[in-house]
Order: sequence, then structure tokens, then C-alpha cells
Amino acid sequence: MAEFWVNMGPQHPMTHGLWNMRVKIDGETITDAEPEIGYLHRGYEKIMEVREFQKNVVLTDRLCYVSSITWSHAYCLACEKIMDVEVPPRGQWIRVIALELQRVASHLMWLAAYGPDLGLLTGLLWALRERELFLDLLQLLTGARMNQNFPRIGGVRNDLPPDFDKYCFKVIKHFREKMSEYERLFQDSKIFLMRTQGVGKISLADAIDWGVTGPNLRACGMDVDLRRLEPYEAYPEVEFEPQVWRGGDGGDSYARFMCRFNELRESCSIIEQAVKKAPSGAYRAKAPRRAEGEGFARTEDSRGEALFYVIGDGDDRPYRVKIRSPVFCTMAATPIMLRGNKMADVVSILGSVDVCVGEMDK
Amino acid sequence: MSGALVSPDLFTLCKVLITGIMKIQSDAILAGAPVGSPVEPLRGVAYFLMEDWFLTLNAWMIAITIMVTWAAAIQLLTLMWMERKFYSRLQDRYGIMISIWSLPFWPFSWWAQRRNKPTHRGLGYLQNVADGVKLLQKENITPANADSAMFHTAPVLIASSTVMIFAALPFSEGFVIANMPMSLLFILAAFSLAPLGILIAGWASNNKYSLIGGMRAAAQLMAYEIPLLLAVIAVLVYAGTLNVIDIVAKQETLLASVGPIPIPNWNVFSIPQFIGFAVFATAMMAEMERIPFDIPEAEAELVEGWLTEYSGMRFGLVFGFKWMRALAGSALVVILYFGGWSGPVFVTLTPSVGGTVVPIPIPPHEVWFLLKVYFLYLVFVWVSWSVPRVRIDQILNIGWKRLIPLALLAILLAASFVALGPALGGIR
Amino acid sequence: MGSPEEDLMRRLRERFPSAFTELRVVRPSVVKAVIDRKDLVEVCTHLKKELGFEHLSCVTAVDWKDHFESVYHLYSYKLGTTAQINAVIPYDDPKIASLVPLWNAARYHEREAWDLMGVTYEGNPKLERILLPKDFRYHPLRKDFPQETERQYITRRKLKTGGR
Repeated sequence: MAEFWVNMGPQHPMTHGLWNMRVKIDGETITDAEPEIGYLHRGYEKIMEVREFQKNVVLTDRLCYVSSITWSHAYCLACEKIMDVEVPPRGQWIRVIALELQRVASHLMWLAAYGPDLGLLTGLLWALRERELFLDLLQLLTGARMNQNFPRIGGVRNDLPPDFDKYCFKVIKHFREKMSEYERLFQDSKIFLMRTQGVGKISLADAIDWGVTGPNLRACGMDVDLRRLEPYEAYPEVEFEPQVWRGGDGGDSYARFMCRFNELRESCSIIEQAVKKAPSGAYRAKAPRRAEGEGFARTEDSRGEALFYVIGDGDDRPYRVKIRSPVFCTMAATPIMLRGNKMADVVSILGSVDVCVGEMDK
Repeated sequence: MSGALVSPDLFTLCKVLITGIMKIQSDAILAGAPVGSPVEPLRGVAYFLMEDWFLTLNAWMIAITIMVTWAAAIQLLTLMWMERKFYSRLQDRYGIMISIWSLPFWPFSWWAQRRNKPTHRGLGYLQNVADGVKLLQKENITPANADSAMFHTAPVLIASSTVMIFAALPFSEGFVIANMPMSLLFILAAFSLAPLGILIAGWASNNKYSLIGGMRAAAQLMAYEIPLLLAVIAVLVYAGTLNVIDIVAKQETLLASVGPIPIPNWNVFSIPQFIGFAVFATAMMAEMERIPFDIPEAEAELVEGWLTEYSGMRFGLVFGFKWMRALAGSALVVILYFGGWSGPVFVTLTPSVGGTVVPIPIPPHEVWFLLKVYFLYLVFVWVSWSVPRVRIDQILNIGWKRLIPLALLAILLAASFVALGPALGGIR
Repeated sequence: MGSPEEDLMRRLRERFPSAFTELRVVRPSVVKAVIDRKDLVEVCTHLKKELGFEHLSCVTAVDWKDHFESVYHLYSYKLGTTAQINAVIPYDDPKIASLVPLWNAARYHEREAWDLMGVTYEGNPKLERILLPKDFRYHPLRKDFPQETERQYITRRKLKTGGR
């Protein structure tokens, strides 16, 4: 019995959701791996064909429960491309605020999940503690903690609440102080470095070839932030630095960790700028009910490149919707990251690529 | 005069106690069955009760019962409660808070009076009792194709070997069941039996996670038992005895005084033993399967490792006895390096019970010992909830490449200091 | 020299004079090309090797009732341009060459497209069910798959007329 397959999933502490990572191990070393997905397939692409354009936002919210707004926003953006709707400036800035708040909340959820993956339960509690503050901000803005149903085709549902900037600055100021606590807990720990550095390596060429995007690709040392490359909303006017691994020889769990971790800071500064810069005016434009033609929108989701390809045939329902999930593509590349590592590294690697099963299985 | 509450010896106390009880019974029988009465044969029972071997046997059984109850119930619950409260505070939350008012039969009065009491705003000490009761009620499942006999033997082996530690582990110079000449050897031997049980459990469960966990436990045993024992040898070079009570007695002398504060001659205050202490404490964390080294049951990748398939009270047995081992491990560190139960006795009360003077030291040595053990245990808890888990190859690297050389260095230094100490000006 | 999109279109036309039934700039930095399925591999090889479209973003299959389309979104990180290739597939013979030799990213996308739409990607090494159960027999995203066409929520009219 030299080698045997081990199912890590569908019910397993490592899988944050419902999927199965089959690994073939020789002693403790992984010789092969194979993800099995689809346990959470809900047929969203089919359901969306019989619901009206506007009402599909409810479904896209539920694609990934930790980053609802980013997904709904990508869908709305694609629909606006077909309908030729221009979002008013204030709507664009409010969208930027909501997107970045959601990104921080999503990354904090990832950070929280990464702690217990490595056996550090304290990290979970600490990250959830600060995530609560950002969920409060989102609740203030949208009225809900998750599945906010906030972006609309043509803008956003509601205006910024009064005194929103005050609360924002207060939370961000507090959060910046707590970030140094996280650094002491994670990066300053020798054991954390031992567990992440040099683990789960993927080369830049492989990453591009397999369609890895987002922070996972930036961890390989390539400056690919769609907020910069294909600016949407008000991002051209925001000053921010896409977080790219500059240390050379990246592509490991530590680089992915650092890219996401530093994005927390970057998103905070974007929120601050957006809250300050948001102009007055309308926050929502009138969108037509029916649309004909095809259009797609690519946005920088918290996990990578989200693409919605929507076709309208003149009815008030989309003819075809295609969701391109970043996790779905990253999952195809995980066997490359896993091979040759130890079994305990499965959690360290898959935790660092930030898997969200809802969007992966659609 | 001894500073321990249990004095001179747990067995002697139990013998006195049982002799008194049996004397009363025997006298009653003798009075109720005078010579010549129809029940005269009962006098034989009375004489039997006062036989020495019978009293000795009873005294042993009571002593063992006291020790097991003390260690396996009271100390186990206290340690679990302390750990849960401590790491909850570390994580910015309150932790377990169930109060005594949540007991349905408390305080034996009307329901209406109990209704307005806070049921979840207490200390939470009873939470672990509730968890234990819950585990008792759960179904005990044996997986299909498991090696049933081995599967059911493993928890017993782990639990009994852990209890065996407490046969020789003293809580003070008197609070010990068996004071044997080589008790340290016995304790360490009993300590290293449990990984065998883990290996059996991992193999017998017919589960891949369990198997990997069991194999990891075996690898870890090899890597950590050796530095553990090597570090102990350095202590033995200083102490010259394998009896834990004598080892502690060696540390009770005065090393120096800083003003009015006396510094005791604890092992940890000498150079080689400090190295040995670092090695011993690290290896002990691996023995206890605390978080940086808990790879046999690494829950992130192996679900629960070797105890994945256990359910009900069998799970509770192996899971709960982790804390027993933690107690024994912390106690061993305290005995070997922190002067054991030695500590100042501020005042000794001498009440007289029935004409016999019973000295009650305040604080007694048992309290000093428990304070040190709790403190050390909380340090272990603090470390284990602040760092991630290491990997199997890294743990073996640490064990073989770092700890063993350090332990050997400690032995070398200790031996040379003992041999050349007077020549080097009494360095230690 | 025009904009990057014009430049791209010009180079594509020069290389494949007769392949494109439609080639136009849909919106800034998006070039749409409609081709036949037999030209797909050649066009994509050219796009990847010569023109630097290194990122295969998405593979979609669309059921147009009389024909299928396999839609490829290619992206060039250098140019910042998206090329959308629509390859037309006849309805009665839903087969097209796989792009796995060019991009490994195509593996999962093609598996998904086959799973849900039933377009066979010839050359994909593992064309199996990915999202649906292994024993599922249909391709549900096709338009002839039975689907509740009535809206899945209660309209005012439904409430008034009692569902008629």
C-alpha cells in the first residue's frame, strides 16, 4: 500500500463549503490531486433565463454569500452594457464604496477562515470581530448584513445614509490599528512563515495558462488589476496601488496571503477617498425593461476576475447568462499547486486561494 | 515539620481513618453479640474487621479512590474550565458562562423562584460536566470493518495508562499513593504508553484519517520521547536520585537572597537545567498534543485524526484524558524544574482533635504545587492558542535536529558542572 | 496606425481574409469576431502566439435554436483588449475542436459547456460531467430542455385572475 486516495470533503473541516478535494498521498506527500465540484450547483444560469433582468440581482447576490455586492454589481454592469445605460456619477461612487466595503468584508472572512486552517483559531475570532464592523457599515448602507440586493441596473438602490462618512472614518481608523495586531499574529509568527513560505508554488506562466486571476495571479508577480486595466465605475479617479507580490519568486501561499492582506489596507484607503469624493446628484438612472444584444462585463471580484456574459433577445428576460467564476478556474489549477507538497499543506494552499463554493458551482 | 496538608502520607492517613471506622463497627458488633448469646458467631466478623491485612487493603483502595477522584474529576474539570476561559479571553469573548441556576433541580425549591435567575451569566464551571453528560448519552458507534476488539481497547489503554501516572505522581510529599524509589522512571514509562494506544486506535478504526493520525503519533513519539528523557537525565545528574520526592527535596534549599527575598535552589535557575527545561517543556507540549504539535489529530486536514471514528463516551474518554495528561505533564515540569511543592508556609495552625494535635499549614504545600501547575499550564495554553500548527516534517526536524542536540548539551554541561563545580567556583 | 482595436482587426483580416463573417469593434477595447467552427483553432493559435492574447477568460456555449455558438473571451494583458470569438456550430452536429492544447484553462470551461449545453469539444482529455451528477442524462441549458416558462414569482395579474 504505497499510495492511496484520500477524500478531503465533501464534509471536511478544510472545505469551506461543499466540495471534495481528492488527494493521492504517498506517506505524507501528495502525488496527485483532483477536485470534485458541483455539490452546490443550483442551476442559476437556467433560472436567470426565466426571470426579468432587474430581478436577477436577487440571484446574483446569492452566488457568493460573502461578497454579494461584487457579484450583483458585475451582473448589473453587463446588463448596462446591453441597455446602454450610463450610471450617474454619484451612483458610480456609491458603488465603489459598497464594492470596497464588501471586498474588505470578504477578505476578512478569508482571513478568518485561514486561521483555523493552520490551527490558529484565535485568528478566526479576531478577524470576525473586525468583520462585524464592516458588516455594520454595509447594513447602514444597504439594510442587510448579507445578500444585500443593493446594486441596480442603472445605479444603486439607495443613497448614502446621513453621517455615513463619519462612521466610515471611525471604523477604518479602528481597523487600521487592528491590522497591526493581525500582523503580529500572522506574519510575525515563525511557524506561520514555516507553514506558508514556499508552499503551493505555481509559476506565472502556469497561472496564466490555467486562467488563474485576481490576487492569486498578482501573487505570482504580475500587475493585473482589472480596476486598473479595464477601469469601470469611478475607479479611474481613485488613487490606489494594486497589491502585487514584489518579493520575487512568488506564487506561494505566503505571497497570496500577503497580496490579499495588503488589499485590506488598500481597500480602506479607497473607501476613504470615495466617501470624500462622492459628488451630489442622482444615484440611479432609469433602465429599460427590455434589451436586445449581447454584452459582457469583467470586474475585479474579491477572488479574481468575474465575468458576466448576458444575451438579450428583446424580451424582458435574458436569453442566456454566463457566469465566469474565478474560483472555478483557480480550482482547475490547484492540482499543480498541490503536487509534491505534504498533506498538511492542502489546507495551507487551498485556504490561501480563497475558495467560495457558491460561485464555483453556480 | 512538614508543610503539607496530607501528612505524613496519604496511605497512613487512610489507614488511621479506616482503622477508626472499623474500630467503631467492631466495637458495636462486640457489644451487640456478647459471649453466650445466640448471635455469638458474629464476634468472628468483628475480629475479622480489625485484621491488619484487611485494614491495609481498605486503606489502599480508599487512597487510590481519593487520588483518582482528585485528579480525574476535580483537577480535570478545573483545568478544562481554566483553559476554556483563558483562551476565550484571548479571543475577546467571554467563553463558557453557564451558571448553577441552569440546573433543573437547583436549589431544590420552587420553579418560580428559579425562573428569574440568570442561567447563562455565571462562571461556567459546570459546562464541562454538561458536556460529559451529553457524551454519555450519545450512541457509541463502531465503524463497519473496524477491528472491534482493538478499537474498543485503545481508549481503555489510553485512559488507564494516564491514570497509572497518578499512582506515582505526588501532589506534595505526603499526597502520593506509592512513593517508590524509582517513581520518575515509572511516571515517564506510563506517560509514553498512550501513543501506543493512539497507534492502535488509528489502525483499528478502518479510516484513512485515523491511520495517518496514528502513524503521525508514532513518528512524533520517536522524535519527542528521546529529547524528553535526555533532558531528564540532566536533572538526574544533579539530583542523584530517581525518586521525585527526593528530587524536590534537593531543590528546597536556599540558592541566594536578593534583599529579603530568598531565591530557592530550583533547577531552572542553573544553566544546563534551563536548557533542559526548554527542551523538556517543548517535548512535553508534543506529548500533550497541544496546538503547535498536535499533528496526530490535526483537525484542519485530518478531521480529528486518530479519534475521528470515536463517538459517545469513548470519544469523551480519550478527549478528556488529554487534559489529564496535560495535568501530569505540567506537574512533571514543576517537579523537575520549579521546585515542586516547595514554598513558604506563613503560619501553621495547630488545632487539637481528640487530644491529637493536627498541624494545618497555611498555605499548605499542595496549594503551592497547584498554583505552580496552573500557572505553567496557562503558559502552555497561551502558547498553543497563539501559534499555528507545524507540519509533520517540520516537527520531526525540530525534534531530531534541535531538541536532541540541546538535550545532549544540557547533559554535558550538567555533568561537567557537577564534576568540576568546586574547581570552577561552585558554578551551577 | 489606428487604435489597438483597428490594428488588431487589420492584422486578423490580413492573416485570415475569408474566415470572418463578422468582425467589428463592439465597444471600446472589445473586438467581436464571428467565425466558422473549422477556423477556430487556427484563429486562436494566431491570437495567442502572434498577437499576445494569453488569457482565456471564458468559454460559453449558446443555444440559438437553429445553431449553437461557442463563445470565447480572450484577453491580452499587454494590449488591454478583449477578443470575443463566436464560433458557429450547426445544430445537428454539436461538435467543435477543443482549445486545451492552447490553454489549459479551457479544460474546465469546456467540461462545463459540454455538461450544461451538450456541445462536444473534441480533444478535451476529460469531457465529463462537472457540475451535474455523473448519471444525469440531459444538457439543461438547451432551450428545448423543459423549463417552467411561466415566471417564477407571483405577478399582479396572477393574483387578480387567480393564475390564469
